[in-house]
Amino acid sequence: MLIFEHSKRGLHKRDTAELKGIPANMRRAEPAKLPEVSELQAVRHFTRLSTRNFSIDTHFYPLGSCTMKYNPRVANSIALMPEFAGRHPLAPEKFSQGFLGCMYELQEMLCEVTGMKGFSLAPMAGAQGEFAGIAMIRAYHDANGDHERREILVPDAAHGTNPATATMCGYTVKEIPTLANGDVNLEALEAAIGPQTAGLMLTNPSTLGVFERQIQKIAKMIHQAGGLLYYDGANLNAILGKIRPGDMGFDVIHSNLHKTFATPHGGGGPGSGAIGVSARLIPFMPIAGVIKDEGQGKELYRWANKTDYPQSIGHLSAFFGNPGVLIRAYVYMRLLGRDGMSRVSEFSTLNANYMMAEMKKAGFQAAIPDRFASHEFIITLKKQAKELHVTAMDFAKRLLDLGYHAPTTYFPLLVPECLLIEPTETESKEDLDGFIKAMVQIQQEAENNPEIVTTAPHTMPVKRLDEVRAAKQLDLSWTVTQAS
Amino acid sequence: MSNIPEELKYTASHEWVKMNDDGTVSVGLTEHAQELLGDIVFVETPEIETEFAAEEACCVVESVKAASDVYMPISGEIVDTNGELTERPEIINSSPYDDGWIFKIKPSNEDELEGLMDAQSYEDSLED
Repeated sequence: MLIFEHSKRGLHKRDTAELKGIPANMRRAEPAKLPEVSELQAVRHFTRLSTRNFSIDTHFYPLGSCTMKYNPRVANSIALMPEFAGRHPLAPEKFSQGFLGCMYELQEMLCEVTGMKGFSLAPMAGAQGEFAGIAMIRAYHDANGDHERREILVPDAAHGTNPATATMCGYTVKEIPTLANGDVNLEALEAAIGPQTAGLMLTNPSTLGVFERQIQKIAKMIHQAGGLLYYDGANLNAILGKIRPGDMGFDVIHSNLHKTFATPHGGGGPGSGAIGVSARLIPFMPIAGVIKDEGQGKELYRWANKTDYPQSIGHLSAFFGNPGVLIRAYVYMRLLGRDGMSRVSEFSTLNANYMMAEMKKAGFQAAIPDRFASHEFIITLKKQAKELHVTAMDFAKRLLDLGYHAPTTYFPLLVPECLLIEPTETESKEDLDGFIKAMVQIQQEAENNPEIVTTAPHTMPVKRLDEVRAAKQLDLSWTVTQAS
Repeated sequence: MSNIPEELKYTASHEWVKMNDDGTVSVGLTEHAQELLGDIVFVETPEIETEFAAEEACCVVESVKAASDVYMPISGEIVDTNGELTERPEIINSSPYDDGWIFKIKPSNEDELEGLMDAQSYEDSLED
């Protein structure tokens, strides 16, 4: 039920006294179309909606490539301190030294864990981070008078945002095939590289849930041809504290701080797509960043400007990133420390490999069975779809009934009828076992009583959606005249 | 096994190709391809009179699962597209080989047709 449906017209009397002094022609002819409810009605409405959420605070949420891990409460309480949350974006630098100092340290910590030489916290989301990264690659080639480089290479295992980003930056995209073992096809890559190559976008570990073992060779091939390497940091959780994109040879990376560094996400924002660069791209960094000036025995933090980054790609928003997300990420990183970073990747990888091994034992087919998984793995329900006419989507819907958020379905596109499962490091063995048990139960239902699976979910407030209608007749607007 | 008509030619990327009497060539998606995609909700057909090289992406088909490219089976110029798909993209699901045709090409080199798969080879390629 929408809050407008609770609304009773005339509940809130208009106070015409307030209108004194406002010229008649500037006043509304009709009252604003806002819901008229009591405070308690509003509280109950939103509390009721919140109980219908499937969230990391209520359920195991193994959504592959999304890193739905626990977001420590302490990071949130610090971000909500009025000294942070109440800071005006235009507050003078001398009154913002604490905030600017945290941002500076966050930049430094991100450089350290990724092996990059500079970091910008300006991008407001992963997609904007990608955009900024590829825009810097383009600015770099343009500054070198290298205008013929107009092609970005993207492996077919990539996230869909990669080709979209390259296209947004005016590049054409060339897809590179992946081998059955999950590595990039080097022969095809060799054939695709040329004087037109601006760069390569790669996720490592890839969306197939395996580490790209030939990365050094790939980096060398791209650099020799004059191209640059872009690292999609969506899967950074798998390698945190173990291996650094800068050491692999990458020139730009974006890190989804909201994933790897545990701030609440999944509802469409706010996020952070902080970007790291190698030395040659520093002049092109977006504005604003935070710079530390030292001298006369004093440290002073200040906003970077156009003189610091003369060839900057410019502003990405009116101010500077999403500070709330950045503070949460900062606190989370400080809590973890260097050793904690390594434990993140160790336990996220251990959890994924434990689940993959147990699910293989239970008869499920892994997409790349002969290799260790990274922090996520894929099972394919090709056999179930063919023999039992129960699809990956049916399994996903049935999982909701059993109290588990569905894994990522039908992605990556390379694997038919797939579920991409990412347990993260914060789940207990009991919860992992519970999920596996639920999958085994659904498998038995698919064999003996398939209808219960193909018509799931049965216990959710919203039942099976008509996805065709949802895609073709998308209508999300509500007009007051619809109110009865 | 899905339906693979004998008289058509096929590509590895699951397009079917039909030689018409007027020298043009019709292209669509195979039954197997539409099964993989699931319910199709949108088709972006190529512009008429555009020329594409063989294997170039020329059209986008969107289903409830994913957006996929359709590739040119042979090089040539687009001479016609199926207008019916704007309103009823689901005919690719219900009638992939007839009502659900996507575009027609005027081939720039008819010899390229020889490089395509016949029904038997396409069927073999689906078995793995």
